[in-house]
Amino acid sequence: MTKSYAEVPLTPISDTPSTMNLTGFWRVMKPIVDETKCKKCTICWKFCPDAVIELVDGVPVIDLRYCKGCGICAQECPSKCIVMVKEEGE
Amino acid sequence: MRTVMTGNYASAYGAKLSRAEVIAAYPITPQTSIVEKLADFVGTGELKAKFIPVESEHSAMAACIAAETAGARTYTATSSHGLTLMHEVLMWASGARLPIVMTNVSRAMAPPWSVWVDHMDSVAQRDTGWMEFFCASNQEVLDTIIMAYKTCESSGVMLPAMVIEDAFILSHTSEPVEVPDQQLVDSFLPAYSPEFKIEVGKAQGFGSLVKPDQYMEFRYKAMLGMKEAHDRFLNVEREFKQIFGREHGGLLERYRCEDAEVVLVAAGSVAATAKDVVDQMREKGSRVGLARLRAFRPFPHDEIRALASKVEGVAVLDRSFTFGAAGAMFTEVKASAYSSQKRPVLKNYIAGLGGRDITPKVLERIFEDIQLCTKRSVESEVEWVDVAGLPRRWR
Repeated sequence: MTKSYAEVPLTPISDTPSTMNLTGFWRVMKPIVDETKCKKCTICWKFCPDAVIELVDGVPVIDLRYCKGCGICAQECPSKCIVMVKEEGE
Repeated sequence: MRTVMTGNYASAYGAKLSRAEVIAAYPITPQTSIVEKLADFVGTGELKAKFIPVESEHSAMAACIAAETAGARTYTATSSHGLTLMHEVLMWASGARLPIVMTNVSRAMAPPWSVWVDHMDSVAQRDTGWMEFFCASNQEVLDTIIMAYKTCESSGVMLPAMVIEDAFILSHTSEPVEVPDQQLVDSFLPAYSPEFKIEVGKAQGFGSLVKPDQYMEFRYKAMLGMKEAHDRFLNVEREFKQIFGREHGGLLERYRCEDAEVVLVAAGSVAATAKDVVDQMREKGSRVGLARLRAFRPFPHDEIRALASKVEGVAVLDRSFTFGAAGAMFTEVKASAYSSQKRPVLKNYIAGLGGRDITPKVLERIFEDIQLCTKRSVESEVEWVDVAGLPRRWR
């Protein structure tokens, strides 16, 4: 919710570290992983420029709180198990 | 105590009397003796402050930002290339709403390499969110630093300020200066009590990310702060006069403008010369006046507008040039005058770049030229004064 100028402080002061800046909000396309097709090659994990892919038993789990939807993982995946779909909502 | 000192020493005394608690600076010609004097004050214990020698002006301002965020009153001084190296962090200081006060000894930008007076460095920081006060005497330098702290630190303003001395003309020229008593300054300028600061044991991020849905509200608030600074500075100077018995003319000092037909608008030390020229020309019957731009930011739009509606011609002298346009002070004055009911003839004179002397003779020629322009059309709106190779003779 946008606060009125009268309500905000002089300069933004945050009580949380910058890791709590959830920067995934400007994503337009969202990666969807089909685990059944994944060959556990970890190429997506190596290429993600935002380091938001975690490997769980070698399979990518993408942290959508930070993912910007650049699509590099989907582009680089040799087994084509990641597809980009349009974000729902606004 | 009445004594004789340079503009640079006046700056150092201004910072000392204001009880700056952290000073971080990097030496550069012609600012060096400010930093030397302050290092002396700190070294001898006359000033209880932390002196941080840094490796660049960018770091000097970064150190001031950190110290000010921790709640300390900070001071630095720089010049020309040093100021422009600070550019990025100047914006940080204002966005973070830190009332830092700095002296800039205004000097030309290279190339050609030059150490002499020119306002390019200061004018190029126009949009950084700093107040900019141009001085015309060493007394004004000292007084403006003290007034700047009081203005900057007041609630509703909370923005930084730059006090500007002309290279060598003020920085290295000795003049009589009244150094006020510390007790009086203390009564005028109490210790800095910040509205927010870093606190030990409380983890916080300063100047953190805001999304597009919230950014503008912060900038709007900074705009209000600068707007408030206009009136606040006038009040601060009024209070200063009550205590110290002197003033320097608000944001736009008007000298013999009451019945003037034409006025010269100028900033810095040349305005002091221009007062003499006004007196001499008035003796000969010319109705001329001077409006000294003491503040470039906040710009005295209303004062200029009121003045413009009363005169036939306005000559604006710029000691710098905005390539592809005109002098920056001229464009501001013209913008202000446009909405006045009666618009005077306006002309821009670019003079005194890189330390070239602007003599009384040159100023007299400028007055004569604007007088002539009020009687016929202005051939060229921006005229470079006293440039070898141009047909016009100015001396």
